Amino acid sequence: MDAFTTHTGTAVPLRRSNVDTDQIIPAVWLKQVSRTGFEKGLFSAWREDPAFVLNQDTYAGATILLAGPDFGTGSSREHAVWAIQQYGFRAVIAARFGDIFRNNSTKMGLLPVILDEKVVEHLHDLVEADPSTEITVDLDKREVRVAGEAHSFEIDDYTRWRLMEGLDDIGLTLRHADDIATYENGRQSWLPTTV
Amino acid sequence: MGRTLAEKVWEQHVVRRAEGEPDLLFIDLHLIHEVTSPQAFDGLRMAGRKVRRPDLTIATEDHNVPTVLGPIEDPVSKTQVETLRKNAAEFGVRLHPMGDAGQGVVHIIGPQFGLTQPGMTIVCGDSHTSTHGAFGGIAFGIGTSEVEHVLATQTLPAYRPKTMAIEVKGDLPAGVTAKDLILAIIAKIGTGGGQGYIVEYRGEAIRKLSMEGRMTICNMSIEAGARAGMIAPDETTFAYLKGRAHAPQGDDWDKAVEHWKTLRTDDDAVFDRVVEIEAAELSPFVTWGTNPGQGAPLNTPIPSPRNSEDERALQYMGLTAGTPLSDIQVDTVFVGSCTNGRIEDLRAVADILKGRQVKARTLIVPGSMLVKLEAEKEGLDKVFIEAGAEWRQAGCSMCLGMNPDTLQPGERSASTSNRNFEGRQGKGGRTHLVSPQVAAATAVTGKLTAPADL
Ligand code: SF4
Repeated sequence: MDAFTTHTGTAVPLRRSNVDTDQIIPAVWLKQVSRTGFEKGLFSAWREDPAFVLNQDTYAGATILLAGPDFGTGSSREHAVWAIQQYGFRAVIAARFGDIFRNNSTKMGLLPVILDEKVVEHLHDLVEADPSTEITVDLDKREVRVAGEAHSFEIDDYTRWRLMEGLDDIGLTLRHADDIATYENGRQSWLPTTV
Repeated sequence: MGRTLAEKVWEQHVVRRAEGEPDLLFIDLHLIHEVTSPQAFDGLRMAGRKVRRPDLTIATEDHNVPTVLGPIEDPVSKTQVETLRKNAAEFGVRLHPMGDAGQGVVHIIGPQFGLTQPGMTIVCGDSHTSTHGAFGGIAFGIGTSEVEHVLATQTLPAYRPKTMAIEVKGDLPAGVTAKDLILAIIAKIGTGGGQGYIVEYRGEAIRKLSMEGRMTICNMSIEAGARAGMIAPDETTFAYLKGRAHAPQGDDWDKAVEHWKTLRTDDDAVFDRVVEIEAAELSPFVTWGTNPGQGAPLNTPIPSPRNSEDERALQYMGLTAGTPLSDIQVDTVFVGSCTNGRIEDLRAVADILKGRQVKARTLIVPGSMLVKLEAEKEGLDKVFIEAGAEWRQAGCSMCLGMNPDTLQPGERSASTSNRNFEGRQGKGGRTHLVSPQVAAATAVTGKLTAPADL
């Protein structure tokens, strides 16, 4: 996964609470064989409504999803994270997240940022007043900066380290690539290969 | 203190061990099929990673394939199979597609090529990977993200399961097969009995089984909840492997055998749990319920329900406690799957069907194209067709309702496969798990029958 240190971009204000993963990516999209292409399924039911915030040109190109409280509740489908990422978002800011969704996000390198509910409200106001408002999410300093303000957020050391290093489980294992190579060199000659 | 077979094989594969972390295990062979691999390959692509060891990876098409000649008609199945083909080509993985002489059920082709050898670690995105433990290696099923992990690193982080010995004492009576034995074991320890363990099957009755019988046993370890099942290699194992396409040759063979002979549980090793079975007490065994632990000897009545789960199972199966199991009429007989789709299974079925006629719809599906060729060389296909059975192409077929071979709602089968779950063979289908011999005798009479009663 991509390393996350700091990211600056515009945001989409999604003023809804309790957005569950069924809404983020409806079940019909789970039949796919690939792990790509889920951006088309992101909020696909809501996107049928031309007034839905993602359909508004003013927010085109945004890379931060400004969500309501209890975002990503419900089913454990990792497809929800894939859909958000593949649509172009690097971080989601909310007052509260569904546990599994948050966990899945950190595995994939999508940063879930937890800020106080009032602060999130305030960000919504700023972005709605001026859609070109740039928000900086700084994982290194653990803070969100916008319009000269800085709001700190919490994240545990291990998750932060993994995200900043861009390490998924595979990435973590590959840090021991030398050990793997050493092991490979010592394998017995008669062991079969498929070639 | 001595070590168990499982401990020895595990230790020989630890790439890295660190306090508070799972062991990083090297994987000697990674088997792939179309269902659990697409997102894993996609993950590699997205991260710009390669398959670390395509030379330790092999792919086949099995779950979705139709067993009659012709293209795949279901578009979703077709896409999955085509995706595998594309991924295998892009990442340089050897693939045996439909129609290829090496194609077959993933757990049949590994041993048949001699790729499955003693002391190896083998994984596949499929729970019946436990089959390969019959050669004395550690083999287990993994999920899609682990498939990706193995593709990228040829390793897996894992904690070593506990060890269990299942000691089968004495000899199996004539007419009692490996399938009867494993069904009886699961009925005894329960579908959760093996949870958290690698099971080593031991004892005289196990030593006397052929390699194919041993594979049937290890295959169903997962139905007892075990992570893996294994059997120490011996002369039977070596004889099976000798001369196979990927078996060691010349000097390598001698070196390999020397090593393989060390792969046995030391006399003073201690297992975390030991279960004993008396082989002499066994007889042909069948399931009456909706999990593989709900089984009983074929010559007994359906047992009284012990709990609500049993009651639900009987209701789903449309059965009443007290009915003799041998009175149960079946509509369909399925011979095949990674449990019982090998040449010995087909020979046993042919022996019984020779000169007889089937009363129930009977599907005989070789586990691989090589098994099919072998059977046809021996003329088994003619025996089947003359008896009125259908002889098919290789695949998972009616083992699971993912391809066109399915049961209709309410339809009842005697099946040599491994899972009798509700709807496993098709929505509303009712499955009785049986040995190939019982399947054949059942085909002849139309009700659950042991060959001795024909
Ligand atoms: S034959 Fe059945 S159990 Fe074996 S791999 Fe195929 S579907 Fe799975």
